[in-house]
Amino acid sequence: MLLDIVINKSVTALSVPWWKVVYDFSALTEWIDKSLHNAMSPFWTTIMELLIIGVLILLFYALVGLFLVYAERKVCAFMQNRLGPNRVGPFGIFQTIADLFKLLFKELVPIKNADGFLFNLAPFIVIIASFMAIAAIPFAKGLQAVDLNIGVLYVIAVSAMGVIGVLLAGWSSNNKYSLIGAMRSGAQIVSYELSVGLALITIVILAGSMQLSVIVEAQRDGWFIFKGHIPAFLAFIIFLISSTAETNRGPFDLAEAESELTAGYHTEYSGIKFAFFFLAEYINMFIVASIAATVFLGGWMPFHVGHWEGFNHIMDFIPPFIWYIGKTFFVIFIMMWFKWTFPRLRIDQLLTLEWKYLLPINLVNVLIMAFIVLMGWHF
Amino acid sequence: MEEKEKIATPDELQEYFINMGPQHPSTHGVLRLLVSLKGEMVQSVQPHVGYIHSGIEKMCESITYPQIIHLTDRMDYLSAHINNEAVCLNVEKALEVDIPDRIKVIRTIMSELTRIQSHQLWWASFGMDLGGLTCFFYGLRDREKVLDIFEETCGGRMIVSYSCPGGLMYDIHPNFQKRVKDFIKYFRKILPEYDQLLSGNVIFHERSKGIGKLTKEDAISFGITGPSGRASGFSCDVRKHEPYSAYDRVHFNEVLLTEGDTFSRYIARIEEMRESMNIIEQLIDNIPEGPFTVKMKPVIKLPEGEYYQRVETARGELGVFVISDGNKNPYRVKFRSPNFCNLSVLDHISRGFKIADLVAIGGSLDLIIPDIDR
Repeated sequence: MLLDIVINKSVTALSVPWWKVVYDFSALTEWIDKSLHNAMSPFWTTIMELLIIGVLILLFYALVGLFLVYAERKVCAFMQNRLGPNRVGPFGIFQTIADLFKLLFKELVPIKNADGFLFNLAPFIVIIASFMAIAAIPFAKGLQAVDLNIGVLYVIAVSAMGVIGVLLAGWSSNNKYSLIGAMRSGAQIVSYELSVGLALITIVILAGSMQLSVIVEAQRDGWFIFKGHIPAFLAFIIFLISSTAETNRGPFDLAEAESELTAGYHTEYSGIKFAFFFLAEYINMFIVASIAATVFLGGWMPFHVGHWEGFNHIMDFIPPFIWYIGKTFFVIFIMMWFKWTFPRLRIDQLLTLEWKYLLPINLVNVLIMAFIVLMGWHF
Repeated sequence: MEEKEKIATPDELQEYFINMGPQHPSTHGVLRLLVSLKGEMVQSVQPHVGYIHSGIEKMCESITYPQIIHLTDRMDYLSAHINNEAVCLNVEKALEVDIPDRIKVIRTIMSELTRIQSHQLWWASFGMDLGGLTCFFYGLRDREKVLDIFEETCGGRMIVSYSCPGGLMYDIHPNFQKRVKDFIKYFRKILPEYDQLLSGNVIFHERSKGIGKLTKEDAISFGITGPSGRASGFSCDVRKHEPYSAYDRVHFNEVLLTEGDTFSRYIARIEEMRESMNIIEQLIDNIPEGPFTVKMKPVIKLPEGEYYQRVETARGELGVFVISDGNKNPYRVKFRSPNFCNLSVLDHISRGFKIADLVAIGGSLDLIIPDIDR
C-alpha cells in the first residue's frame, strides 16, 4: 500500500520519448533523480543513487570481465588456427561462466609462512583500483558516474594503484618466483606510467581540458587522432604500447612470464583470489582501451567530418553507446592481436624501450603538439 | 651474537637459489635446474638429473636385440626412428648382414621425416619459451602431417619402432610416396611463415642474438653435437663424416654457422629442415624394388666382442656401444646420448645472463629429458 502511494506520487513523466534515451542518457538519469527526490529526503536520495550506481557498475564489471575472457579465448583461437571454446552454450559463450563457478568452488589453499594479512589484501587492492577507474569513464552521452574536472589525471592515478596489490602479492607469497615477478612488475609499471601520462598530456594540450566529457565534446567536428596531425597519431601509438605494458599484457607480460616464472606474482593464489587477479587484468585492459577510445578516437562521439552536415547527421543515428563499445573493442582487438603474435621482451629491453625510446619521443611530441596548438595549425 | 644490519650495495647483492623444475613450464619435462641468482643475473646453473631415470641401459642387458629397439624409442622420443636405426645398424654390422638398397633408402627417408617433425616441435616449444604462444600451434599443426605419414606407415605416431635388425617391420604403404611428396610441397610453402612469425621479429632478434655464446673450442671440449654444435662451427654431422644407410648417395649441405649464439642455433635448425627436405626429395622417387627385410636367424646372437655405431639424431650424435659375450642378450649396452652432453654446457654458456635468457638458451639447446636420464 505504502509502496504504491510512494510510486504513484513520485513517478513523473520522462521528458523525452523513451527511444531517444539511447542518444542522450541524461534525460533518464534526471528522471530517476527527480522520482527519487519526490519519494524521499535528499540524504536518502544520494544514498539510493550511490547504491544504484554501485550495483550497475558491479554488474557491468562482471559482465565485461566475463565477456573479455571469452573474447580473448576466441581471438587467440582465431590467431592460432583453433576453434576456441565451442561446447558450453552456443559458440561456447557460457564457457567463462562455467569457469567462474569452477574458480568460486575451488579451495583457497593457505600458504605456510606467507604474510596472511597482506596475502589476502593484495587481490582486493588490485580489483578496487580497477573498479575505481571505471567510475570516471563516459560510456555514452550522459552516462558517466562522476564527471571530474581532472578526469584524465584521476584515471591514471587510480589505475596505477593496482601495482601496490601486485607488489604485495609478490612479497607476501613467500615465493621467489612471485617476488621476481612483483619486482619486475613494479619497475615496469612505474616506468610506463610516464609514457601513458605524457601521451595523454599531448591530447590534453589539444583539448584544453582534463575533463573527460569536455574532451569528448571537443571531438564533435573530428576525432583527435585526425585533428592533431602526426603528434596525436604518435601519441596514440605510444599510448597503445605503454598501456599494454602497464596492464602486464601482451609482449610485456614479464610479471607473470609463464615460461620463466611459472605464473609470476600470482603463483601461490588459488580459487577466487586468483580469479580477482585474472579479472582485474581484463578490466584494466578494458579501462585503458576505453581511455584510448575516449581521448583519441572520440569516445561515444560518432564519426564526424568537419562541415559535412548530411554525413554527420547520418552518423548520429547510430547510438553513442554503440560507438563507444565499437571503438573500445577495436582497441582491445589490437592489443590482443599483438599479444598473440609477439614473443616476450626481457626486463632490461623493456626498460630500454621506455627510457631510451618512448620517453624522449614523447617529450618531443608534447613540444610539437604545444607548438601546433599555439600556432593554431590543427583542424 | 650482535649483528649489525648492513645495507647491501649492488655489488654485494645477496645470492639466492631458485629451483627451476622438476615441474617447471620451460624445462619441458622433469629436469631440475638449481639456479643461483643475483637479482636476475644467473650466477651458476646446476642441472640435477635422474628424475625420469628408467634404467634403459640396464634393462637392455636382460632382453634380446630385437626387443632393445622398443626401448630406444623411449629415450629420445622425438628421434624415435633414428634411435631404432642406430641399434639395427649396430646389430647388422656385428652380424655382417648385407642390407638391400630399398631398406636403406626407406630408413633414410624415415630418418629425415623424423628430423623434420622433431625440429617442428622444437620450433613450436622454443617460440613458447620466448612467450610467443602462437608458434606452438603453428608448429604442431605441421608436425601432425608428418605423424599422419608415420601412422599410415607403421601404426605408431611418435613411438614408431619401424626398423628391426635386418630390415623393416613392414613394407611402406602404397600411399607413402604420394603423401611424403604432398607434405614436402606443403611444408616448403609453409616454412616462410615460420620466418614471418619468429625469425624476422625484432623482439626475437633482441632476445636471441649474442645470447649464450658457445665458441667452437668449447663446443668440441664439451662434446656438443647436432645443430647446437654446428651453429658454433663444429663440423660434427655423422651423416657427412661417416655415412650410414643411404646418406652416401645424396647431396646435402652440412649447415655450419660461426656465431654460436641462440640465434644461430635457431637458424641452424630451420636450415636443417630445408636440407632434410632436399634429401627426401632426392630419394622419394628412387626407392628401389626389393624385399623390405632380410631373413635373419630366429634368435639373434652377436659374436663375442665390442661394437659401436653412431648416427645423427635430430639433437646430435647418438652412439650405441654394445659388448656381447655371444649370448642372445648383450652383456652391456651404453648409449652416448646427445642431450646429456648438450645439457652439460648449459651452466657454462648461461652464466652472466638473465633468467629470461636461461630459458631461451635452454630452449635453443633442445633438450629431451628422458634421453638425458635414460
